[in-house]
Amino acid sequence: MKHTFNRGLAAILATLVVVGLLTRVMNQRASAAGEGKITGTVKFDGTPPHMRGIDMSKDPYCSKAHANDPAEMQTVVVGKSGGLANVVLYISEGLSADAANAKSTQVPVFDQKNCMYTPHVLAMDATQEFKVTTSDQTAHNIHPEPNPLTGNIPWNQSQPPGAPPIVKSWKTPEMIHVKCNIHPWMSGYFAVVKGPYATTDENGSYTIENVPPGNYTVTAWQESLPAQTQKVTVAAGKPATADFTFKGK
Amino acid sequence: MLTNLLKCFPWLSVVVALCLPNAAYAQLTTYQLQDWLNTPAASSHIGNLTGDVHAAALPYRRFCVGCHGNLGDGNGENAVWFITPMYAQPRNFQLAIFKCRSTPTGTLPTDQDLFDTIGRGMDRSNMPQWNPLSKQERADLVAWIKHYSPRWQTEKAGTPIQIPPEPEITPERVKAGQAVFAKMQCYKCHGVQGMANGPSASTLTDDLSQPISPFNFTDGSRPKCGSTDTDLYRIFMTGLDGTPMPSFADNIKPDEAWDLVFYLRTLQPHNAFNAKEREIAHQLGLKPVDPNAPAQ
Repeated sequence: MKHTFNRGLAAILATLVVVGLLTRVMNQRASAAGEGKITGTVKFDGTPPHMRGIDMSKDPYCSKAHANDPAEMQTVVVGKSGGLANVVLYISEGLSADAANAKSTQVPVFDQKNCMYTPHVLAMDATQEFKVTTSDQTAHNIHPEPNPLTGNIPWNQSQPPGAPPIVKSWKTPEMIHVKCNIHPWMSGYFAVVKGPYATTDENGSYTIENVPPGNYTVTAWQESLPAQTQKVTVAAGKPATADFTFKGK
Repeated sequence: MLTNLLKCFPWLSVVVALCLPNAAYAQLTTYQLQDWLNTPAASSHIGNLTGDVHAAALPYRRFCVGCHGNLGDGNGENAVWFITPMYAQPRNFQLAIFKCRSTPTGTLPTDQDLFDTIGRGMDRSNMPQWNPLSKQERADLVAWIKHYSPRWQTEKAGTPIQIPPEPEITPERVKAGQAVFAKMQCYKCHGVQGMANGPSASTLTDDLSQPISPFNFTDGSRPKCGSTDTDLYRIFMTGLDGTPMPSFADNIKPDEAWDLVFYLRTLQPHNAFNAKEREIAHQLGLKPVDPNAPAQ
């Protein structure tokens, strides 16, 4: 009696595994054949707000690193062509559950270089591992400030010179401010989203890769300006375009 | 009758939508808290003691509500008189972020940690030592504190960091401790002599964006999370969550950590704990660390 039960169970389990593997393979094929892209440019219209210069004289290491290249705040970074950098683009509506839970395989790296965050905004998927590294010969502390009631718990870790990278992940999508208490000018963001994402470069251009065909809402998020959305239709093998313009005063 | 109901439908739907809990951002209500009182999370176990959450209703109302508030959000009626940076705002139990933990940064404290904090109080704040409360009452209050945050229902307390037994103090260890102090750049905030006058000290803010000062080792005040050697060890290894003090658990080895404890003792004025350390520092002729010295 017991034996037959075990055999039956084994048979069911084996079928489940085979079916699971098959669907997985088929899904991969489907996404490989028909994956699309969303590209575009994010512009800033108007006079960019004045970015305050940073006085780093309290830490000789930092001020020496910026001796020939004075640092300024990076709240709004506008390129020469009017492109807006550090804007995170992600799909806020229309993703299937599978696509939303797909994580990019690259490990995003948040580096502390010359007492500034590189990049200023680090986009990542929820539950995706990311790394915080330091290239500086001065001590930093990494202090992200999420809302603990969302499931993302704040932490605060030191990273003295030569310290190993800190590897962490966030549970749920949230735009998380991160700061260093030792260097009060250091301010950045972890942009935690679901599904494919992209961040604009200094020209304001971006490409969201690996988007399955479908109708989506793309959100463009900037740390100090109201977020914008756009409806986009992605067809198989053909890049869709979505340009955004953030207005200044 | 039916048409009347249909006419009301838009209004009704608005009312229903307003009543639905809006995820975690919604203001907690006393009704919700009543429910949470009966969750398994609202309990505590400290040694042989088991906290009874319902027994804590009266002591909380009598001793705690004035500052920590009816909803446990730290907005009691006395809270407006807490002027920072002299007096930090009362703890917001809804967020469940606590300074004094034996657990790693970003995790919930153990019941014992909360129990100890109630008994110890917070030096340089309006939180007194609650020694007059019986141990059972304090255990009950720990259970009560835990009913305020939904985090206790979904998360487990962190695993306490391992603290090896304290080694014998030697002059080499005090010197090595000073090297750790220099390498970790504790002086950035605490100052080279531990006088809380480091270059970053004046700019520090806590998680409520209120000014906060680093611990001054030299003025005789007690550290907020305990004064013993083990407490000091725990403070810099776990960090004080909600404040600028980070965790050094990944960067200081257990042996080095004891060295640092011995060195920190030399910065303090004479107290019940540091006679040996001060004597060694005196014999060594220990000078404050030099921030401009090349890294070793």
